[in-house]
Amino acid sequence: MKKLLSTSLTIVAVLLAAVSFLPPAAAQAETIKVGAILAVTGPASFLGGPEARTLEMLVEEVNAKGGIDGNKVELIIKDSGASPEKAISFAKQLIEEEKVFAIIGPSTSGETMKIKNIAEEGKTILLSCAAAQVIVNPVAKYVFKTPQKDSDAVRKIYGAMKDKGISKIAVLAGNTGFGKAGKGQLAEIAPEYGIEIVEAEVYDKKATDLSAVVAKLMANKEIEAVVNWSIVPAQGILAKNMRQAGWEVPLYQSHGFGNIKYVKAGGAAAEGIIFPAGRLLAPELLEDGHPQKALLLEYTEAYEGKYNEPVSTFGGHAYDAFKILSAAISKVGPDAEKARTAIENLKNFPGTGGVFNFSPADHNGLDIDAFAMWTVKDGQFVPYKQ
Amino acid sequence: MTSELFLQYIFAGLTYGIIYAIVAIGFNIIYNTTGIINFAQGEFVMLGGMIAISLNPLMPLPLAIVLAVLITMVVGALIEIVFIRWLDKPSVLRLIIITIGISILIREAALHIWGEGVRSLPYFIGNEVSSVSIFGTRISPQVLWVMGVCTIMVILLSLFFRYTLMGQKMQACAANRTAATLCGINTRNMVTLSFMLSAGIGALAGCVMSPITYTEYGGGTGLAIKGFTVAIMGGLGNSMGAVAAGLLLGLLEAFSVSVVPLAFQDAISIAILLIILFVRPQGLFGRSETAGLREF
Repeated sequence: MKKLLSTSLTIVAVLLAAVSFLPPAAAQAETIKVGAILAVTGPASFLGGPEARTLEMLVEEVNAKGGIDGNKVELIIKDSGASPEKAISFAKQLIEEEKVFAIIGPSTSGETMKIKNIAEEGKTILLSCAAAQVIVNPVAKYVFKTPQKDSDAVRKIYGAMKDKGISKIAVLAGNTGFGKAGKGQLAEIAPEYGIEIVEAEVYDKKATDLSAVVAKLMANKEIEAVVNWSIVPAQGILAKNMRQAGWEVPLYQSHGFGNIKYVKAGGAAAEGIIFPAGRLLAPELLEDGHPQKALLLEYTEAYEGKYNEPVSTFGGHAYDAFKILSAAISKVGPDAEKARTAIENLKNFPGTGGVFNFSPADHNGLDIDAFAMWTVKDGQFVPYKQ
Repeated sequence: MTSELFLQYIFAGLTYGIIYAIVAIGFNIIYNTTGIINFAQGEFVMLGGMIAISLNPLMPLPLAIVLAVLITMVVGALIEIVFIRWLDKPSVLRLIIITIGISILIREAALHIWGEGVRSLPYFIGNEVSSVSIFGTRISPQVLWVMGVCTIMVILLSLFFRYTLMGQKMQACAANRTAATLCGINTRNMVTLSFMLSAGIGALAGCVMSPITYTEYGGGTGLAIKGFTVAIMGGLGNSMGAVAAGLLLGLLEAFSVSVVPLAFQDAISIAILLIILFVRPQGLFGRSETAGLREF
């Protein structure tokens, strides 16, 4: 009797499952083409690599579940190698020939600015994974971005400095678009916090030794802290050169430090570095019930399980872009115009970068709370406490 | 400028300088036997570092470095055998373009094997924050390793060229290839050997500098440009000139930081390269008569 009951229950369960897997007959299922222009190889491959892998994983996942509301997703990844010229021709190709529903990327700010107008004229949604504020300011109707604002990162750092009573600092930046934009923001916002930049230096993105410049800065006894703004290995080299020279002032880095590889490369010298970043770095430390906790854990587990490498905040930007697009499509169906409006009206949407609140005037949707301050302890990222 | 700061610049300059010198000597060895500039020289440095990093978890560090140097030497030999040896009287331009192609090939292969991230060998002594105090300045012990190993390499190389039969054969090749062939020297083997030798010293330099500068797949290009500048400065083919020029360029770069912004550091070496090419193409230590006899 008991066996009969369990068998029949199983059959019912299987039937129910089969029914629920049938696509709803009313909805017209179609394939949604999503283009992605990412710097998978070349100098920005540490951005584009994880972004491309994240998108591939997500699309596979969605299609295995039958697509977004029954609409399968076709992902077309174009490797721009961080070259703006290639990004332009890929954008035209994706919009005019492939007639994609939306484009995710590019990985870098320079490329995004080059194709901003192309997306706008082609009336195609562009979800950039690049950081610079100019991408969404002024707002373009079809252009969105998922990484946090660099001005907020600067404010977060200056806030932490003020709490510590630091007022005279040195600024170092790499000669990339990211470094230049950050250096500009640092100079512009410093007076708001009563901070004075006494020395500022720019180094080449390929720099392999900064001991000479460290010696120069160290001779200036006024400097109470150093801020470094770059996305290149020099982040770790600077830390090593400072500590080897016996210079013990606090070192602050930009949100570009959010990759555990740099901590490993910096070794003992990376200890005590303070920087702002999203909460993806250590989701297990978030309090239960935090809106981002579940999805951060899920993404980390899926990505690390599949690719056997640690997640980085950069892959997270592509994750957010894809999830935002899927949310909009599942709300209004596969209609690009309606989806664009749906993204603009998306509120309280948790992603890896923070909780997004878009509006017609704000195509980034993140505020300063998207950042938390982190530090390095025993080779791990841990939340920074005064 | 305090004496402490002055010394700090000196040490920073000597560290870069000796590395540039080693890359330049690699250029010179191949230049002497073939008359070409091997633009894949920087890639040998990267390969040495990368291979040692991959081997290091499997074996003790010294063994990993020795193996990495040997493997890179084999790669150097293979490159010569596959791409260069069978060419019949190739033009200088053709050979140079081949080496540029090889450098791109190695770089892309390294990207696929090791990925885009930076890696490094552990510090030979101590760790990232340890330092030794010399005359009141503090420098990493690894800096002493780099200087020591590179100096020994330079001394051994000059002894090799002066006192061993093999070294003298290579020099004979450099001086006059036809005459060397007539004396029974297999000049083709000498070319292969020169590729192996320059791959080997590049790889060793790549290993000792890895803890300081990190190793990444694209790291060779920048080094090749600096090494080329130094080779030209010292006079192509002149290894002692390369050492002097390397140290000079390193010191210039280090001290430039106190006068001009850091971003101009690379511009300085390029400017020097151009000035030398215009004003003294035979190099600071070369004679114009000998330079006039060269094809390139």
